[in-house]
Amino acid sequence: MENIAEYLKAERSQEWRNEIRKTMKTKLRLEKVRVEMSEEDPNIRNTNNIEVNTGLSVEEAVLEAQRCIDCPTPTCMTGCPVGINIPKFIKKIEKEDFLGAAAVLKDTNGLPAVCGRVCPQEKQCEAQCFYTIKLNKPPVAIGHLERFAADYEQNSGQIAIPDVAESNKIKLGIVGSGPAGLAAAGDLAKFGYDVTVFEALHEIGGVLKYGIPEFRLPNDVVDVEIESLKQMGVKFRTNFIVGKTASFEDLKKDGYQAFFVGSGAGLPRFMNIPGENFNGIFSSNEYLTRVNLMNAADPEYDTPVHSGDYVAVIGGGNTAMDSVRTAKRLGAKRSMIIYRRSEAEMPARVEEVKHAKEEGIEFMNLHNPLEYYANDNGMVKSMKVQKMELGEPDSSGRRRPIPIEGSEFILEVDTVVVSVGVSPNPIVPAALPKLEITDWGTIVVDKDTMQSTTIPEIFAGGDIVRGGATVILAMGDGRKAAAGMHKYIQEKIKAN
Amino acid sequence: MSKILEKEYFSKNVVKIILDAPEIAKSRKPGHFVIIKIGDKGERIPLTIASSDSEKGTITLVVQTVGVTSAKLINLEVGDEVTDVVGPLGEATHIENVGTVLCAGGGVGVAPLLPIVEGFKKAGNRVITVLAARSKDLVILEEQMREFSDEVIIMTDDGTYGKKGLVTLGMEEVIKREKVDLSVVIGPAIMMKFAALTTKKYNIKTYASLNTIMVDGTGMCGACRVEVGGKTKFVCVDGPEFDAHEVDFDQMLMRLGAYKDQEHLAYQKYLETSETVA
Repeated sequence: MENIAEYLKAERSQEWRNEIRKTMKTKLRLEKVRVEMSEEDPNIRNTNNIEVNTGLSVEEAVLEAQRCIDCPTPTCMTGCPVGINIPKFIKKIEKEDFLGAAAVLKDTNGLPAVCGRVCPQEKQCEAQCFYTIKLNKPPVAIGHLERFAADYEQNSGQIAIPDVAESNKIKLGIVGSGPAGLAAAGDLAKFGYDVTVFEALHEIGGVLKYGIPEFRLPNDVVDVEIESLKQMGVKFRTNFIVGKTASFEDLKKDGYQAFFVGSGAGLPRFMNIPGENFNGIFSSNEYLTRVNLMNAADPEYDTPVHSGDYVAVIGGGNTAMDSVRTAKRLGAKRSMIIYRRSEAEMPARVEEVKHAKEEGIEFMNLHNPLEYYANDNGMVKSMKVQKMELGEPDSSGRRRPIPIEGSEFILEVDTVVVSVGVSPNPIVPAALPKLEITDWGTIVVDKDTMQSTTIPEIFAGGDIVRGGATVILAMGDGRKAAAGMHKYIQEKIKAN
Repeated sequence: MSKILEKEYFSKNVVKIILDAPEIAKSRKPGHFVIIKIGDKGERIPLTIASSDSEKGTITLVVQTVGVTSAKLINLEVGDEVTDVVGPLGEATHIENVGTVLCAGGGVGVAPLLPIVEGFKKAGNRVITVLAARSKDLVILEEQMREFSDEVIIMTDDGTYGKKGLVTLGMEEVIKREKVDLSVVIGPAIMMKFAALTTKKYNIKTYASLNTIMVDGTGMCGACRVEVGGKTKFVCVDGPEFDAHEVDFDQMLMRLGAYKDQEHLAYQKYLETSETVA
């Protein structure tokens, strides 16, 4: 860690940084008010798929960058899972070197335009900002600025491809093209490895494509970042399931020396209550995959989807918010969140809950489904819901929801989306019997190198290790694993 | 992309297609399926692999027109590419020497049954196969079945070939005649339901291979879920084969009908547009 502190100090004392700091007195910087990113009109955006947050203008971005006082010890960085040099990129924005700012982001983060949109900055970098912890004022809008710099570069047409070391011709395999896999692939390509990413679906991007809706993360934004990886020499194989299409052994015979497994969230969880298998009741994975990946709402596409007038989404996470806001956009008269705890306990980002409310989503907090009823064709037509109250905190530290006897009532619904979590994908653990896994089916790894505890050439990260996490935590794992794999391969070479 | 290398019509609506898919051909075992998608706007549908040739690097699918995607596939010609093919998916059939195996196939379910018949025969079992179809011209793969079966019984609904009657009649004839140790049934859900009821009467362990609606086929979405023994199972990763006496076939039939109206409309629209093109 000392090296990092010294590196940051050296960076901070560069001539251009000193000059930028001197252009404005700290007192003036502290008096500025945080810019708010403008948003599309909620009553128009809830009928289409355009992105809700519109991004910052050049003027807004520079003004916001001026708020950052360029702390000698940048606490914000301690909150970033991928270790972005936050003050450096912000000062580049203040200097109006926007492409330079994007280059700083890309030093440590292969997907800045994605992270600038979907990271929970309010719980990470911005929670550790000087303004937050010392002044009790709104933090510098680090997330907005990240998105600004990344978008500026994407729109400039001058997309910088990170430097890549000379090829060492060592083949490495990445299982899954979601955020964990893409982050690992980017770093390994920089080290000079011959990297191939294997993806089970027909599209690259994993949850960034099938899960997160267009109005929160446009596919074009993801594709630009994937294109950068291709330019760095990363190869992609779609329709390829490692452990099925070919075994790990087959790939090792083909010359692959190590693997990073980022196979993500597999089996959706259901509540196992009566009637849950009626038609019109989906997992959030199915509902979002049909709409996002398969374009089911577009009549030009062959995949169908049931999205009715009275849609209940069960759960309080980001995926639940994505599902309920999608239902609204597909024309639902009532789009309802049914969540068994209160808003304070909701795992969804504050911003997503705010956006959902603005768009007319109804929140039935402290409610829990008990049973579903169907018409003669097996289509769901209503559900029994019970009211809840909060008791003592449970093992998660959140107050435990307790049913209120006699409070049950019937709610009319014609579509239900169950969004109560996922279990890890079982395919890789099933293909590697020697792999140590937990009772929940997640892969056990060393927390620093992300190396499997039982098979040295296997590394893993993201939901297959964490059971359910965020894009940025998955990316942090991918980067850690890339460093771990690099060390493993180099030690192996030395040993021979 | 997988190129179509051969195409053979079994009947107007049933086609055998041989695809260039070397990796799948090498890894595939009896019971496995693939997911295919045609064109950028296509949907993903599961199809059971009928056979494969790992040396030539090919897999064989037998497809019946039931909707837009199967119609699009059947309308492709030799040399055309299937946009997306992924697999092999699902758990392979557990094949061992148990004694006498009664295999029953209905409609295009006969195609995925063939490698299972072959597998059980090669494992040293006595294999009796019942093939069922609506009428004579819909009976497929009879010759190949005879090659690996000790006996083949053909049943047609209209009596135009073999014996007149449903698959269950042929099965019961065998069960009453000799000791059956295991039964495997593949076909339309309704046929499997009644075949399972028949073997249950005689307490014969039976496997059914389920063909539910799927999207990703890798356990991610849960579209294929069905109750087996009172527990919700995912056909794509837990199956496709299950103990037929535990499967809730009524629920499976209900879930297969989830998009019946949309599928019907889409198919009509497809027929109109494809006719205009022709």
